[in-house]
Amino acid sequence: MFESLSDRLSGVFDRLTKQGALSEDDVKTALREVRVALLEADVSLPVARDFVKRVQEKATGQAVTKSVTPGQQVVKIVHDELVATLTGDEDPGKLKIDNPPAPILMVGLQGGGKTTTTAKLAKRLKDREGKRVLMASLDVYRPAAMHQLEVLGNQIGVDTLPIVEGQKPVDIAKRAKQQATMGGYDVYMLDTAGRLHIDEVLMDEVEQVRNAVTPRETLLVVDGLTGQVAVEVAQEFDDKVGISGVVLTRMDGDGRGGAALSMRAVTGKPIRFVGVGEKTDALETFEPDRIAGRILGM
Amino acid sequence: VTRRVLDDDMLESLEELMIASDMGVDTALRVSANIAEGRLGRKVSVAEIKEILATEIARVMEPVAKPLPIYPKRPQVVLVVGVNGAGKTTTIGKLASQFRAAGKSVVIAAGDTFRAAAVEQLQVWGDRAGVPVLTAPEGSDPASLAYDALKKAQDEGADLLMIDTAGRLQNRQDLMAELAKIVRVLKKLDESAPHNTVLVLDATTGQNALSQVETFQKLADVSGLVMTKLDGTAKGGVLVALADKFGLPIHAIGVGEQIEDLAPFDPEDFAKALTGL
Ligand SMILES: Nc1nc2c(ncn2[C@@H]2O[C@H](COP(=O)(O)OP(=O)(O)OP(=O)(O)O)[C@@H](O)[C@H]2O)c(=O)[nH]1
Ligand SMILES: Nc1nc2c(ncn2[C@@H]2O[C@H](COP(=O)(O)OP(=O)(O)OP(=O)(O)O)[C@@H](O)[C@H]2O)c(=O)[nH]1
Ligand SMILES: [K+]
Ligand SMILES: [Mg+2]
Ligand SMILES: [Mg+2]
Repeated sequence: MFESLSDRLSGVFDRLTKQGALSEDDVKTALREVRVALLEADVSLPVARDFVKRVQEKATGQAVTKSVTPGQQVVKIVHDELVATLTGDEDPGKLKIDNPPAPILMVGLQGGGKTTTTAKLAKRLKDREGKRVLMASLDVYRPAAMHQLEVLGNQIGVDTLPIVEGQKPVDIAKRAKQQATMGGYDVYMLDTAGRLHIDEVLMDEVEQVRNAVTPRETLLVVDGLTGQVAVEVAQEFDDKVGISGVVLTRMDGDGRGGAALSMRAVTGKPIRFVGVGEKTDALETFEPDRIAGRILGM
Repeated sequence: VTRRVLDDDMLESLEELMIASDMGVDTALRVSANIAEGRLGRKVSVAEIKEILATEIARVMEPVAKPLPIYPKRPQVVLVVGVNGAGKTTTIGKLASQFRAAGKSVVIAAGDTFRAAAVEQLQVWGDRAGVPVLTAPEGSDPASLAYDALKKAQDEGADLLMIDTAGRLQNRQDLMAELAKIVRVLKKLDESAPHNTVLVLDATTGQNALSQVETFQKLADVSGLVMTKLDGTAKGGVLVALADKFGLPIHAIGVGEQIEDLAPFDPEDFAKALTGL
C-alpha cells in the first residue's frame, strides 16, 4: 500500500545531477522522503524527527560511491542507522532467569498478546532450555482470561497456578511465588490484565505486583501494528513499572513495524522477541536487520 | 489572545498534530492544504486554527457517522470480523446489550472456535447482556456453527443474530477464505445474509488499518466499522484517512471494557478530541 524508501528516493534523485559528494540540498531532499517513509511505517513523530537528524549528520558530505546511485547510498545510510538503533547490547533471546524461581512479569495494553506470548515464552523456555515453568494469570477482569491461560498451559504441557476466585492480583502473584519456590520451578511467569498506560488505578496495581515479586524480567508486550501512540505507551510503562524488554506481536501481518523503532528509541530497552502467529510456537528472537528492512519496505 | 500570521510553519505544526493522531502523511497534507486555501497570510490564534481544523475534520467525518442500520428482515445477521485482539468479542457483548435494551431478541454465535477460551469469554458477555450464546466445540468448523446458528435463529424468530469470528490478519489468505466460507453457508439459508459485516478496528493501530479495511472489504464485503479503545490516548486519526478513501460507515466506538462502554460515533467530539480542543 505504501511506497518503499528506495522507490521514493529513486524518484527524487532521478531529477538531481550527480556530483562527487551528496550536497546539502540532495541530503535535504532525500531526508524529507526518509521522514515520510518512517511516518508511514508508523514510527512516532518525535522519534522520526530525531532519527532524521542523525541521518543528516551522517549523510552530509559523504562521497558518492561510484557503484551505487545516490538513492541507494541514502537507503544504506538509513538502513545502517536503523539497525544500529535497534540493536541492543545483549543477546535478545537470553532472558535473565538465573536464581530460581525467576519471576517474569508480562505487561501491556489490552489485546496486545500478553497471554498468548506468556504461553509462547513458557514453551520456549521449557523446550529449549529445559526449564520448569509455572504460569499464573493475574487477570481478574477480562472474562475467561484465567481459563485462557489454563487452556494454553494444557496445550503446551506447562503448569498453571490453580485458579482461586476472588483473589486480588497482588495476592495471586504472592501465591505464584510461593508455589514456584515450594514446587522447585525455575521460572514463574505472571500474565497480567491489559491496561491503559493512563489508567492510574491499574498502573498502581501492577506496580504493587512488581514490588511483591521483584521480577527478573518485565516484558512489555506490544502489537507490532501500533501507531503513533507507541512512544507514549512505552514511556509510561517504563516510567511506572520499569520494563526490561519489549515483545512485538503480530509481525506475521503486513504491518511495517515502526513501533519497534519508537519503543527502542524512547526506552533504550531491547526488543527481545517477535510474535509471528497465533500458535504457541510462533515466536522468534528479534533480528534488527529484518525489522529495519520492513520499516523501509524492502 | 495572540494571533499569528498563518504561514508555512504554522501549517507544519498542524500537519504534525494530525500525523501524531495517526491520520497519515497524505491525509494530513490534504487537510492542511484545504485549511490553507484562502487563509494564508491571515492572522489567527492557535485556538482559532484548531477550531478550523476540527471543523474541517468533522466535515469529512459527518457522512460516515451512521449507527448500525436495522432492517425489517428477521433475523438480521451481523457478522463481526477483524484482526486479532481488536475487540470483536467485547463489542458483540456491548452491542447485544444495547439491542436487548431496545427490546430486540438477540442470539449470539460463538464463531471463534480457534482461540483458547474464546467461547467461555463470549458466554460471559452473553450472560451479562442476557442473550443466549450458541457454541460449538473448540477446533470445529466455524461455518457449520454459523449455519446451525442461523437455522436456530430463524426457527426461533429472533430479531438479530450476531456472529463472532476468530481474529485474523488480513494477509492470511487461508483465514480470509474461511470467512468467505462462513458467508457462503449463511447464504444457503438466506440469500441476503449477512446483512451487516462489521469490521472492528483498534484505535492503537497505525497505518495498517488502511490495509485491514482494504482487504477485509474486498474479501469479506465489509459494510461498516467500529473503532475500539478510544478511551486510551490514541486518537484514531486513521479514521479520517479511511473516510476519505473508503467512505464506509462508522457505527460506534469502544470507550472502555465495561458493557456500557460503546458510544455512537460523533464527528464533532471525535474532531475535538483529535485536535486537542
Ligand atoms: N497473528 C497473530 N496473532 C497473535 C499474536 N500474538 C497474539 N495473537 C492473537 O492476538 C489476540 C489477543 O491475544 P491475547 O494473548 O489474548 O492478548 P492479551 O494481551 O492477553 O489480551 P488482554 O488480556 O485482553 O489484554 C489473540 O487472538 C491471539 O491469538 C501474533 O504474534 N500473531
Ligand atoms: N480500553 C478498552 N479496551 C477494550 C475495548 N474494547 C475491547 N477492549 C479490550 O481489548 C481486549 C481484547 O478484546 P476482545 O474483545 O477479546 O478482542 P477480539 O477482537 O475478540 O480478540 P480475538 O478474538 O482474540 O481476536 C480485551 O482486554 C478487552 O477488554 C475498548 O473500547 N477500550
Ligand atoms: K490510530
Ligand atoms: Mg490476556
Ligand atoms: Mg474474540
